[in-house]
Amino acid sequence: MAKLNINGKVRDVEVEADTPLLWVIREQVGLTGTKYGCGVAQCGACSVHFNGEVVRSCAIPVGTVKATDRIVTIEGLSPTSSHPVQEAWLALDVPQCGYCQSGQIMAAAALLKKKPNPTDDDIDEAMSNICRCGTYQRIRAAVRMAAGARVAQASNASAPPKPESRGGRS
Amino acid sequence: MKTRAARTTSQSRRRFIVGSATVAGGGLALGLPFAFDAGSTSAAAAKTTPAVPEVNAWVVVMPDERCVIRIARSEMGQGTMTGLAQLVVEELECDWKKVGTEFPTPGESLARKRVWGEMGTGGSRGIRTSQDYVRKGGAAARMMLLQAAADQWKVPVGELTVSNGVITHSASKRTTTYGKVAPAAAKLSPPDPASIKLKDPKDWKIAGKPMKRLDTADKLNGRQVYAIDIKLPGMRCAAIKDCPVFGGKLVSFDESKIAGRAGSPRAVRVNDTTVAVVADTWWRAKTALDALPIVWDEGSGAAQSSATIAAHLKEGLAAPTAYPMRNEGDALKAIAGAAKKVEAEYSTPFLAHATMEPMNCTAKITAERAECWVATQNAEASMAALSEASGLPLEKCEVYKHLLGGGFGRRGGAQDYVRQAVAIAKQFPGVPIKMIWSREEDMAHDFYRPISQCRASAGLDEKGNLVGLHVRVSGQSINAFLNQAAAKDGRDDRQLQGYYEKPGDAQLGYTVPNLLIEYAMRNTHVPVGPWRGVNTNQNGVYMECFIDEVARAANADPVEFRRALMQKHPKHLAVLNAVAAKADWGKPLPAGVHRGVAQFMGYGSYSAAVAEVSVNDKGKLKVHRMVLGVDCGHAVNPDQIAAQVEGSVAYGLSATFYGECTVEKGRIAETNFHTYEILRLKDMPKVETVIVPSFDFWGGVGEPTICVVAPAVMNAITAATGKPVRNLPLKHLQMV
Repeated sequence: MAKLNINGKVRDVEVEADTPLLWVIREQVGLTGTKYGCGVAQCGACSVHFNGEVVRSCAIPVGTVKATDRIVTIEGLSPTSSHPVQEAWLALDVPQCGYCQSGQIMAAAALLKKKPNPTDDDIDEAMSNICRCGTYQRIRAAVRMAAGARVAQASNASAPPKPESRGGRS
Repeated sequence: MKTRAARTTSQSRRRFIVGSATVAGGGLALGLPFAFDAGSTSAAAAKTTPAVPEVNAWVVVMPDERCVIRIARSEMGQGTMTGLAQLVVEELECDWKKVGTEFPTPGESLARKRVWGEMGTGGSRGIRTSQDYVRKGGAAARMMLLQAAADQWKVPVGELTVSNGVITHSASKRTTTYGKVAPAAAKLSPPDPASIKLKDPKDWKIAGKPMKRLDTADKLNGRQVYAIDIKLPGMRCAAIKDCPVFGGKLVSFDESKIAGRAGSPRAVRVNDTTVAVVADTWWRAKTALDALPIVWDEGSGAAQSSATIAAHLKEGLAAPTAYPMRNEGDALKAIAGAAKKVEAEYSTPFLAHATMEPMNCTAKITAERAECWVATQNAEASMAALSEASGLPLEKCEVYKHLLGGGFGRRGGAQDYVRQAVAIAKQFPGVPIKMIWSREEDMAHDFYRPISQCRASAGLDEKGNLVGLHVRVSGQSINAFLNQAAAKDGRDDRQLQGYYEKPGDAQLGYTVPNLLIEYAMRNTHVPVGPWRGVNTNQNGVYMECFIDEVARAANADPVEFRRALMQKHPKHLAVLNAVAAKADWGKPLPAGVHRGVAQFMGYGSYSAAVAEVSVNDKGKLKVHRMVLGVDCGHAVNPDQIAAQVEGSVAYGLSATFYGECTVEKGRIAETNFHTYEILRLKDMPKVETVIVPSFDFWGGVGEPTICVVAPAVMNAITAATGKPVRNLPLKHLQMV
């Protein structure tokens, strides 16, 4: 038995203590936006926010989670899918198959919370999730775009900066 | 078009869609952008909703002007769903902002005499082999909608115009809309196919434009339901273990050792090689399976290793006979008598697809009906597997196709996971069984990209002209594994993909007076299959790295040397030239940065690449920039073509840097992403895509460009280090 605060709602779950948080989120809680990709904290498809930090939920036994820990999944990022990261992802058509994108978006949202105007090195370091379709170029552009939007919001600028060109498409 | 008979089934179709979407948990499971009756929450409620008649098999117009375009092919990220919708809508002339899509099921297609045609989605064929009939479907629907308005107004249909779904009769200043006339249009006979005139692509307004994908929104908030996410009432979950050694057998397992565990696990034999554990959740099934004692008979394959396989292939390089697919002039004589001779040997390894969504399938089997929910590149092949494995005729089977969490060729013809899920579900009649492979199982039981080696030799005359070229590939055959008729007596052209003489598909872009291209089939016990780009990957490496070596021996610039060989192949040459220009070939680079080039053809499209790399004094490689060019003829969505090019660079670079499935004691040694490494964002170069417009043929997009990624990088490394690069992956290469 565990008590979990997921997306602001406290729930009781009946489950063995060594069950990874990922599978509790997917199977006991029923939120399937958080994905299984490797089970060994390599790919990041299972990324969620844990007290504001991005973590790989496949490697966290549910028994170590306290009722006071705040867990946010992709479903809880924004009630209207309007987080700046989601809007940038939409604007640049980032996803291909989309399977890894919940994790990518959660990683990007956590990065921007910590570093509202990340450098390329910050993006390199924080965005370490695997995407097999290879959307990395657009992920990088979308993180920059979302950062620009947040900076613009913060300074009440009238127009967000233009998205970075994706290069020489003719 | 046989839409008259087809239309009468539309009512049952509406019920089916809403009903099954409800079971699957909310209208999203089938990739539906909106339910037909958004207010209904149950199949029973849906039955009371008046059916919306389809105009024809491809087009449904709702009373509120939304247009549903039916998509027969699978969507795995490659954008085909959006591209096909663009082609239909271009002819239909409805409002793009009101367009949604849905997948017809293979059961429905079968019941309607395959009105939606081929569902298979591989070989980069999704758009190019269905563009004609889907555009005609859109045009026929437009003609019927206009005719319905003309009939209503009693005016000649030729006096009507349409834009964004609004029909206008200028003379009488009347307008109506598709939504209003759709019920009447649905009652009309379809137009004579001969009367359907498609637009000149020069006049396209939706097709040919960088429209946004139709399937993005739900991929940003967790709402997209992949097959692995499905929930059905009473469902149980299965974890599975196939004998780790290919060709081995399951001897026994001891179910008593998992009795009493949480989730009431049950262990069952799936087939001769596989055991599964079924429990209330997948995690409980998986951990019980880990605890289950299993006895395997590993068989003779256990004696195989990467070393034994490499020796087997090496023998093929020098064997007295091989299949000479091309033998023009006398290459061996020309090389023997040449002023200068160049020789090299190359190798490429087995590779796993490693789709992000591991293999999975949910099946529900009763005495009367077999159903499965699955990510598949070929829904009809899934249904055939379902029928065969369940023993029920096709008429009693149905497949619900989900968006794929990656395909890359893994989810095409094999359908092994469907057979397994059905074999488990048959032992629990009426209970939906969701079978999910662990990542470890996915790595251990792929249909791998075939391993091969190549020996190449060339002769140059005194002026540095190429007078003879001999290329022999020795390696495993996909056809020998999956389609034996096409590999009879070792005569397997597919393993020489990219070296063909015949134009149009995968033609070699070089003219060489004396040319010998051979294949020595050397099969192994490891299962193989198509992997994004298939054999153009290995063959592109062999040809393009060797041509670079020959150019260096001739003291020629690699681009100039190729140009001289490509004069009779203007389309290949145009792409090479476009890429060389965009990449400023021949112009200075920053200190330490070097360029490499490659060009090749596959899937009906022409590709070329220039890579810019540096190797630092510690041997650390960095790919800074890649310029890729593609001529795919008609470019249906330039932004999605760019996305596929970018993706092909990432998939290709993973293989180039890290990709290798090694064989130890008959099994694959790599078990997960820590040993089967994948390119991450930090190592992704800047990619620039040049679409070389020609608009005079229909080529593929998903696969063509990957084959030039590795050789361009390998040639750039050689330019940087002065040492030829001949073996992949590069993780084994000592750069300094």
